[in-house]
Amino acid sequence: MTEILKEETGLPVLGQKAPDFEAATSQGTLRLSDYKGTWLVLFSHPADFTPVCTTEFIAFSNIYDELKKRNTELLGLSVDSVSSHIAWARNVEQKMGVKIPFPIIADLNKEVSKKYGMIHPEQSKTETVRCVFIIDPESKIRAMLYYPLTTGRNMNEIIRLIDALQTTDKHKVATPANWKPGDPVVVPAPATTEQAEERLKEGYECKDWYLCMKKLPES
Amino acid sequence: MPCVSADGKPTSSGMAVLKAIKDGAASPEQIASKTGQPLFRVRSGLRELKNAGLVEETGDKVGLSKTGETAIQ
Repeated sequence: MTEILKEETGLPVLGQKAPDFEAATSQGTLRLSDYKGTWLVLFSHPADFTPVCTTEFIAFSNIYDELKKRNTELLGLSVDSVSSHIAWARNVEQKMGVKIPFPIIADLNKEVSKKYGMIHPEQSKTETVRCVFIIDPESKIRAMLYYPLTTGRNMNEIIRLIDALQTTDKHKVATPANWKPGDPVVVPAPATTEQAEERLKEGYECKDWYLCMKKLPES
Repeated sequence: MPCVSADGKPTSSGMAVLKAIKDGAASPEQIASKTGQPLFRVRSGLRELKNAGLVEETGDKVGLSKTGETAIQ
């Protein structure tokens, strides 16, 4: 029993290769490697035909075009069947007028859920919690969000997170609290006293030697 | 299955992939560009088409098998 719980709650680690999988989805059998070269938002929801999940799926569908502009795909997951996913997606389209454009993994045997630590027994022993994994084009896990069953996720934060990660990769900078595109970014902290002295002369906006900001060129 | 139906025949997505290959697309990226399908779906679809004997892989390139050529006629 301890082993089972350990397996079900094993969490991936930031920076590691995302666990590989091959899974049945509402758009055919997919592997993680099918997403190589694109960013991926892999997210889980507790169950089809439930209220908070339905609001989330509409919200995820609404940001799909924004994500595509960022070379980012969406892939949902729950411990439901492909037939259930198809029926739910059709229901959402018929009743709420929103087409779900992304695939949803049917993880009936919980194989993917366990690899990604999506089942938290204190929340539910059978359903996945609301996880978000941001996976980069090299299949590395770059960010993780875990929300409880009761709380729907914030789509603006997911987009902001992708913007921040892509900005970090492109410009080798960090992003401060509440950063959004166009805001100043944080210049990485100096590693030596010499660098600390030099950076004060580089035209950055420095509060002190360890906290320097700069504007990025318009892209 | 997105590209091959249960009876082994290509679906409309599968036909689009086969036609793109016939028109010269030889990599998943080129097929995605020609068909407008997302890259992940093209990769998944190519696996299905290959398993169904409609597509052949030579090194990094994909091409139509004889069955694939017949299927799009």
